[in-house]
Amino acid sequence: MSKVETKMSKQTKPTETKKKLNVLIVDDDAINRTLHARIINQIGGVSKTAGNGEEAVILHRDGNASFDLILMDKEMPERDGASATKKLREMKVTSMIIGVTTLADNEEERAAFMEAGLNHCLAKPLSKENLLPLINHLLDA
Amino acid sequence: MDALISQLQRQFRDYTISLYQQDFLDDQFTELKKLQDDGSPDFVAEVLSLFFEDCVKLISNMARALDQTTGAVDFSTVGASVHQLKGSSSSVGAKRVKALCVSFKDFCEAQNFEGCVRCLQQVDIEYKTLKTKLQDLFNLEKQIIQAGGIVPQVDIN
Repeated sequence: MSKVETKMSKQTKPTETKKKLNVLIVDDDAINRTLHARIINQIGGVSKTAGNGEEAVILHRDGNASFDLILMDKEMPERDGASATKKLREMKVTSMIIGVTTLADNEEERAAFMEAGLNHCLAKPLSKENLLPLINHLLDA
Repeated sequence: MDALISQLQRQFRDYTISLYQQDFLDDQFTELKKLQDDGSPDFVAEVLSLFFEDCVKLISNMARALDQTTGAVDFSTVGASVHQLKGSSSSVGAKRVKALCVSFKDFCEAQNFEGCVRCLQQVDIEYKTLKTKLQDLFNLEKQIIQAGGIVPQVDIN
């Protein structure tokens, strides 16, 4: 194999999502909102934030919200992640929704969150390394 | 000048490593630093600022809830604040603070007043100690840059 062919055959890890994403970050913690927004920015997306599930639902109420992806925290005041996800699906929101759980959540709790209408679940802390391949995989599906 | 830069870079490396070895910081802090770049040069400082503000607010909430002079101790409020602090300390890599929150949560669930008070005192000391140490680290960074040097990437592993 020539040097050029060898170079081309090596898999280079993507650094951005396959398409530029418009993301809604739903989390009651300001640090997590800041971190997740920065990760989205680094993988080529743009983001908006909501402080809890109820705010996320209100954003979609007029039918004009158009997010490719929603990062939905599980535990939040006013309206939690499962309730917000269920409501958004009832409102015919078709965005990819990734649930953000903690390592303390057990299998049953994660399964119940998935049942609400998530595309996938990831445990905190999120990183470019765990989020980017998942997003690209979901975009392929 | 080169000798000064080298010395400062060495100090920075050694100090950074010591913070990890003494469990003040964990891998999540490394992840945080990866999110900082030329486009967001103050990102780490901004996030840490949010964290330390959180510490002040949550510790104050916990102290109020543990104040027996105002009536029965509100372990539910203490527990909720500990949960939040555990989350935010985990998000920034504040390893000792996070570990304390685990014990603190257990004392809350057991409604162990003395245990909770001890943990609250320790959390207060730990976050202030971390704040001082990170300030020293950022000061070293500043000195390196002011001397015309580059802040070294430190391989913790």
